[in-house]
Amino acid sequence: MLIWLVLIPLIAAVLIGLCKAPARPTALLSATLTLALGIWAMVSYDCCTDCWSSIHGMDLQLTLGNALSKVMLLLTILVTFATVLGTNAPKGAEASWYNSALLISAGATGAFLSDNIISFFAFHELALIPTFVMIGLYGRGDRRTTAWRVTLYLGLASMVLLTALLMVGSQAGYSFSSIADYVKSGQQIQNAELIGCLLLVGFGTLISLFPFHSWAAPAYASAPTPVAMMHAGVLKKFGLYGLFMFQPMLNSAFLPWNEILLVLLVCNVIFVGYVTVNQKRLDLMLGNSSVMHMGYIFLAFAALVAAGNPEANAWAIKGGALLMLAHGLSIALLFLLCGQVEKQTGTLEINSLGGLGTKLPRMAFVFGLAGMASVGLPGLANFPGEFMVFFSGFAGSKACFGPVQIATVCCLWGLVIGAVYMLRAYRNIFQGDLSKASDYATELAPHERAANYFLVLTLVVFGFCPQLVLQFFTF
Amino acid sequence: MFDIDIQYAWLLLFLPLATAAFNWFCLTKRPNVAALTSTLSCLVTLVLSIGLIDKSGADNISWLTISDNFSINIGFMLDSLSTRMMLVVTGIGFLVHVFSLGYMADDEAKARYFACLSIFMFSMTGIVMASNIAMTFIFWELVGLSSYLLIGHWYSKASAADAAKKAFITNRVGDFGFLLGILLLWALTNTLDFSAMSIPANTCECLINLTILCLFCGAVGKSAQFPLHVWLPDAMEGPTPVSALIHAATMVAAGVYMMVRVQFSLGEAAFPEFSADVIATIGAITAIIAALMATQQDDIKRVLAYSTLSQLGYMVMALGLLAGEAAMFHLFTHAWFKALLFLGAGAIIIACHHEQDIWKMGGLFKRMKITSVTFMLGTAALIAIPGTSGFFSKEAILDAALAKNPIFFWIGAGVALLTTFYMMRVIFVVFFGKERSHSSEHAQEVSSNMWVPLAILAVLAVISGYGFIATDLVPFNDFKAAEFHLSLPFYVSMGTLVLGIILAYIFYAGSPASDKLSGNAISKAFANRLYIDRFYDNVLIRGVQGVLAAIIDFLDQFIISGMIVGGIARLVGFVGCLLRRIQSGNMTAYTVLFGIGMLLVIYFIVYYSC
Repeated sequence: MLIWLVLIPLIAAVLIGLCKAPARPTALLSATLTLALGIWAMVSYDCCTDCWSSIHGMDLQLTLGNALSKVMLLLTILVTFATVLGTNAPKGAEASWYNSALLISAGATGAFLSDNIISFFAFHELALIPTFVMIGLYGRGDRRTTAWRVTLYLGLASMVLLTALLMVGSQAGYSFSSIADYVKSGQQIQNAELIGCLLLVGFGTLISLFPFHSWAAPAYASAPTPVAMMHAGVLKKFGLYGLFMFQPMLNSAFLPWNEILLVLLVCNVIFVGYVTVNQKRLDLMLGNSSVMHMGYIFLAFAALVAAGNPEANAWAIKGGALLMLAHGLSIALLFLLCGQVEKQTGTLEINSLGGLGTKLPRMAFVFGLAGMASVGLPGLANFPGEFMVFFSGFAGSKACFGPVQIATVCCLWGLVIGAVYMLRAYRNIFQGDLSKASDYATELAPHERAANYFLVLTLVVFGFCPQLVLQFFTF
Repeated sequence: MFDIDIQYAWLLLFLPLATAAFNWFCLTKRPNVAALTSTLSCLVTLVLSIGLIDKSGADNISWLTISDNFSINIGFMLDSLSTRMMLVVTGIGFLVHVFSLGYMADDEAKARYFACLSIFMFSMTGIVMASNIAMTFIFWELVGLSSYLLIGHWYSKASAADAAKKAFITNRVGDFGFLLGILLLWALTNTLDFSAMSIPANTCECLINLTILCLFCGAVGKSAQFPLHVWLPDAMEGPTPVSALIHAATMVAAGVYMMVRVQFSLGEAAFPEFSADVIATIGAITAIIAALMATQQDDIKRVLAYSTLSQLGYMVMALGLLAGEAAMFHLFTHAWFKALLFLGAGAIIIACHHEQDIWKMGGLFKRMKITSVTFMLGTAALIAIPGTSGFFSKEAILDAALAKNPIFFWIGAGVALLTTFYMMRVIFVVFFGKERSHSSEHAQEVSSNMWVPLAILAVLAVISGYGFIATDLVPFNDFKAAEFHLSLPFYVSMGTLVLGIILAYIFYAGSPASDKLSGNAISKAFANRLYIDRFYDNVLIRGVQGVLAAIIDFLDQFIISGMIVGGIARLVGFVGCLLRRIQSGNMTAYTVLFGIGMLLVIYFIVYYSC
């Protein structure tokens, strides 16, 4: 049954692309079906597994066995639905706009449900292709250069990652479950330190860990709205998901690098945070802010590595998972709104906007909530995530200041930085005097509003009841 | 009073939230209904908090389950501290709602305004009744949100939008410390619940100092203490009832309340001397500089804003002197009389057609009797005329200061002198003398839904130091409200009172057209807030933050992205160019290369097989 979560978007994409099916209804139907099916799968089964086919003795198995998979599946289906619902495809490009969202969705779902690490990898690569193509064809600004840069960057990262996966797989079997069994039986993984480094670099580049982040902001700024939403919201979490999945098995591989990782993640928050403060365009600001927020989730990972196993620091794994979900939803919403601002006013230069709130009060309301979510306001999903991540940094510390605690303190300053750039942008776009650009704005189309409200609703629901997500965890 | 079950405390918490949501989503087209629902909801909470006044108990629901034996709860804790504070919040809240019915009658976004007020009531209730410090933090952020929304109520006005942003970000700086303090407190005590908190023996004192001071950072932000006081005067851009409720009576006092709560939970003995001294010093500095700045403000709301800062400084000073009971008492009395003064100022502003400059007012006593009398009663309490509530609470602080550290006592006395001086300045200029502008000539008494709240507040401002409300207000340190005793503090405060009135009379009685004291460098410095705001704007924000961000952005663009990443890309490109040379398409060249290759292959085979 789980395979349908991957197949439905793929079939829809084929229908749209090859059979010239009407793009929007087909895509919307597919997204609705996967949303319903995914929620049903999460609710009705504690652990369900699909064994699809066996190639050369390697099972291509999809499973919804662990909490992280469920959280990520939830994120994928929610963001896909909102993306398809809210997209405004330009005339003549409908097919590729909807297909990019569907393909990324299929790839991400496949990756998050794979037990086999090769299919885990391959599904992600499938999802990356639309990103490159869409930036190259429809991107803003210098799209060719950006597309090439993203392709090379992520291609290189994938190579590094594949090397590490093969090194692990050749010793312990090519699936998460077999690696877990291998480690549980007390056997050592050879070259663990090297594998840890390769995984951190490979996954880290995909997640835009400092200093491998240079691709991210230009790519998001350039990408068409559906790709920016799907990539920043969903696909980027692939790397974090991978790290959290490997952590219990390969903790000794990550441990030697933990202090370096702490320095890098603080750079993500502080360094990239100040880069974000200096941005003058909304799209670049959002792209950089997304890079910055990855630092918090890395902090959860580092705290987890320092603690050893997930049960020892439940704050970290739960907070990290919740924050992944929340960040995905909030950044997708912000990119959706960014596309709408551009469509309404023709510009994304923050200083040439202004007073949009008087023209579009409802959009200002939604943007305000999305911005506040990103700032970490209680009542919205990001807050419990960030809160738990910060607690994870101090869990079990007895108030002694070790490396993890110092990194946590540095990351706390990110709360201030985030408020500075987000409120400044909000002030300059929506408040104050009405600018010439904002004067052109007209009310949003119903489907755009529906997508906005849908994502806001998810943020509010998970903000008030984070337990809805945390209950997936059995400890 | 009447008897109700403590479970109704949940209603106290969530009714305002439901009202806010209902107003925001369903009643935007019917602003008058929205105003009424908010006011009614506030009335219900007032009745509930009166009913709960002598109750104690707690209830929790788990909000975040971390592990089998740890979760973050949302709950309430009723004790004499929280129920008294609830009375202040809902009491003033209700009166401000009623006043707003008149004040905001013609506002375009009335529904949004009342929805925001309800959000505020929800969040403030959460802070007051919080059973654990994580919950305090959650609602702490939410009052920040409601303050942001209400300061920026007229968001298309640039100054209002800027002030809202400034308030939120400045508070965030404080929250950075507050959250760290919570983390440290949790790591030290292994609990977040106020009722279970105790610092383990043989903890390093510096760690306790650090924890307390980090928590205090939160109070510095929220209660606008030096050096984060700058947001509060700007917050006067919001509607005046909001200034009364949020930026005078309740939210800004949340910092003091939180610290008292922590003191109460940990025990005062847990406060090491160093942190106590720092807290008292910050409070004293704030009290004195804010009072100095208040003497040269011309905007009536700004005078009151600086006065609030100064009084908050008093409370924080009392905290640092480990006199939490005095701080709480002053918080309690101050809430009533400062809310009264702000609402009175609001009535004056409405009557003078949105004129806020005191030098364009004058002679209002003849025209607005009720407002004037109530405003003067509020002033009497603020400048501590014996018998009024403010007198008792100020005496309590001065007594504590004299007992602990005479320096703080004399600072407190100096602030009392300045307070009398700047408040009497306002009284003389605004109410007496000749009308200074057209708008004050046409001033008329405000409508009854504005003056009735003023009258009620005026009564409370005078009597809130007595009676069942004030006795056992704070259940520790053998606290007794409303006691006269003739001692040094009494004589000193009488002296400052008389001296202040005389000085103000000399300079401001007899209808001067402008401030005789203005114009010189010192008064300019006071009027310009000692240039602190300008320093922050130009040096810290534009200078440090702006330049830092620009440099870091440059590094990111040109060093990391340009040179390192771009350098590798260029290197790959260069190798590609070299390799391309080889593929020239020239048959002869290929043949030569092929020959060389073959030779090398043969050479290696021979070499290794030997």
